[in-house]
Amino acid sequence: MLSRVAEEIYWAGRYIERAENTARLIRVNSNLVLDAPTVVSLGWEPLITITGLEGSFAEHYKNPTERNVVKFLIGDTHNPSSILSSLAFARENFRTVREIIPRTAWQSLNKLYLFAKESVQAGLTQKGRDDYLEGIISGSQQLNGLLASVMYHDEAWHFLRIGKDLERAEMTTRIIDVRSSDLLTDSDELFNHSGLSSIEWISVLKSLSAYAIYRREIDVQVRRTPILEFLFNNSRFPRAVSYCLDSVEESVGTLAHNTKPLKALRSVVRQLNTQKMENMKQDVLHQYIDELQIKLWKFHTALAKQYFLPEVALAEKAE
Amino acid sequence: MAIDLTQYNPAGFYDETFSGKNRARNYCKKLIKRFRKMDEEDLAARQMAAELAIKEKGISFRIYTKKDGAIDRNWPFDILPRIIQKSEWDVIEAGLIQRVKALNLFINDLYHEQKIIKDGVFPAEVLADSKNFRPQCVGVNPPSAIWAHVCGSDLVRDTDGTVYVLEDNLRVPSGVSYMIANREVTKHVFPELFETYAPLPVDDYPTRLHDMLVSVSPRKVKRPEVVVLTPGIYNSAYYEHAYLAHQMGAELVEGRDLFVDKENIVYMRTVAGPQRVDVIYRRIDDEFLDPEVFRKDSTLGVPGLMRAWKAGNVGLANAPGAGVADDKVVYAFVPDIIRYYLHEEPIIANVPTYRCMYKEEREYALANLDKLVVKPANESGGYGMLIGPVSTKAEREKFAKLIKRNPRNYIAQPTLGISTVATIVDKKLEPRHVDLRPFILSGKKTMVTTGGLTRVALRKGSLVVNSSQGGGSKDTWIVADGED
Repeated sequence: MLSRVAEEIYWAGRYIERAENTARLIRVNSNLVLDAPTVVSLGWEPLITITGLEGSFAEHYKNPTERNVVKFLIGDTHNPSSILSSLAFARENFRTVREIIPRTAWQSLNKLYLFAKESVQAGLTQKGRDDYLEGIISGSQQLNGLLASVMYHDEAWHFLRIGKDLERAEMTTRIIDVRSSDLLTDSDELFNHSGLSSIEWISVLKSLSAYAIYRREIDVQVRRTPILEFLFNNSRFPRAVSYCLDSVEESVGTLAHNTKPLKALRSVVRQLNTQKMENMKQDVLHQYIDELQIKLWKFHTALAKQYFLPEVALAEKAE
Repeated sequence: MAIDLTQYNPAGFYDETFSGKNRARNYCKKLIKRFRKMDEEDLAARQMAAELAIKEKGISFRIYTKKDGAIDRNWPFDILPRIIQKSEWDVIEAGLIQRVKALNLFINDLYHEQKIIKDGVFPAEVLADSKNFRPQCVGVNPPSAIWAHVCGSDLVRDTDGTVYVLEDNLRVPSGVSYMIANREVTKHVFPELFETYAPLPVDDYPTRLHDMLVSVSPRKVKRPEVVVLTPGIYNSAYYEHAYLAHQMGAELVEGRDLFVDKENIVYMRTVAGPQRVDVIYRRIDDEFLDPEVFRKDSTLGVPGLMRAWKAGNVGLANAPGAGVADDKVVYAFVPDIIRYYLHEEPIIANVPTYRCMYKEEREYALANLDKLVVKPANESGGYGMLIGPVSTKAEREKFAKLIKRNPRNYIAQPTLGISTVATIVDKKLEPRHVDLRPFILSGKKTMVTTGGLTRVALRKGSLVVNSSQGGGSKDTWIVADGED
């Protein structure tokens, strides 16, 4: 497989996953805001922090109002990570590698992109928002299902999966980081007495489609430590960081010349496996997540260096 | 309410669907009968289905405007197919094979002994002025002496029914993927038509193309590595490059994916390391192919590609320099070229052409600009033309100046009464002007597509069929005679 194609596919996997996760985030925040007592303003700012786009947001908007944040995250093409931008990038990439991916997958993504673009005005209204986000999430899942069921499991498939699961792992850490940092306290006990905090933890679980599973498999009560353990270390829940990295490792394992990327990846996995969640202070958790994100980035760099087009070739092209 | 066809009027042109007012040609009768049965609602539903299929399949092309830059447009498609009888097609096919054979002999001769010039059949000054003659290719021997592996020739029909070749595209002709897509869309929206007609299939083209490319591999291995070289996603024909690569199971590469080593071998950069390439179906113009030899500022090409080709380490289709015969002045000599190399009379006629380089022909052209079509030698896509009968005085004066300044660069042809075909316009059928671009593959063997790409000028009275300028397209059916 061509190095350039591997890179395009990897990023397509990331972009599609990013669009879906962004839709999940907005959707859950919408519910959360409706649930919160009117005196407490939970607001929309954390969504900008989660996506790490504070700078870009501040450039184009004054206040993190609901309208501004939703517009920025859904349909603003100045935001390279908005749903619309992500799907546009994914589509450009898929178009470039059209000869590699199944035709039906291209058609499905094209349809999803056209839906995202043509319905964006409805998506920006409070009334139409939920249907719009549902359309994005189900379209992305349909695409993932289609790829899983018809795509030949060759290198292209593995690069797509690496991109998708790496993005998902990263997004999960972001969601935990921001939602947990604006909670009132570190303590497990106090959670049960604070209605607001438990709604926030429920929103974390819900944004990852993890709420029902968590209640059924882990704990009927919503408590911080088991939630953190579940979201970081569970090996059966497909949005848990561990699960995602296992699947990345499996895919990297099928590639030739994988020593360096594997080494970088295992360093993240090791950290995940050794970290204790019990009694973890908020600032320690934040620092831990920072370290994980840096290691995930290092893995990306190792992967790019091994498999993608050399920087020189790209620089020549740009000139 | 059924669709009213009584107003259909070819108005003096040869019509591909109707032989007269409200009288369908024999081989189109069943098509028109089926069409008559439809009401407006049914018709609208099918047109919508076609549009949707095109949109969802992403069949698009890019155009460039000053205002908006590059825009993707969906492929404009008319659901009513254009039908040609097999007996007529067989003659056209033989004519195209004859033509391309002669052109390949001509190109090979120009890059070697130039016998045709020495024998006084082709003037040396035309070659001397040719923009597309590449001195870098002199003496090169591509496999089977084939230079133009893929040729797209544009055919039109005049008022009396005669089919003419309007031009040959020997550089990087495009459109074949739309021919295949058109059939797919027709099958999707008009399946019952295929119960009454059995048009010859068109979808074996990618297989034939692959066979041809394999046949020009210099390395005789079981599975030569064939790649399609594209300028990239911003090229107007990118859809086609990707489509053909996918259908052939070949890699679609950009210049930066390839490199040539010191031994003059071409490799592509893959995740498993460098991999040798045997044949390149290149969709990049000569000038951009190799910055070591042609344009130094080209970032689309591959440095060293010409070295590798000349050393016989890689096959290039079409060969660099093949465009020398893709020139509207050379076009005027094709009948002589056929006679010279094959000792045969041309099967398909050339449009009578006035070569402005010759004083007498130029004077005729200048005196009759209002009746003629003037074309520059090396433009494509319908750009830079003067269409005399619809031109303004100022335009004619501008072209008169252009011709006098550079006579070698212009030819003039009588305006043909280009044929029309029944096309859906606002829930009615109306005649619209039409051409046909078949594709001819030359390797060890020569083959022609079944039919080709039919392009329609969708604006009333317009003769410009290019999709970048308001043209549309139709599925083209070659049907056995007597099916009616």
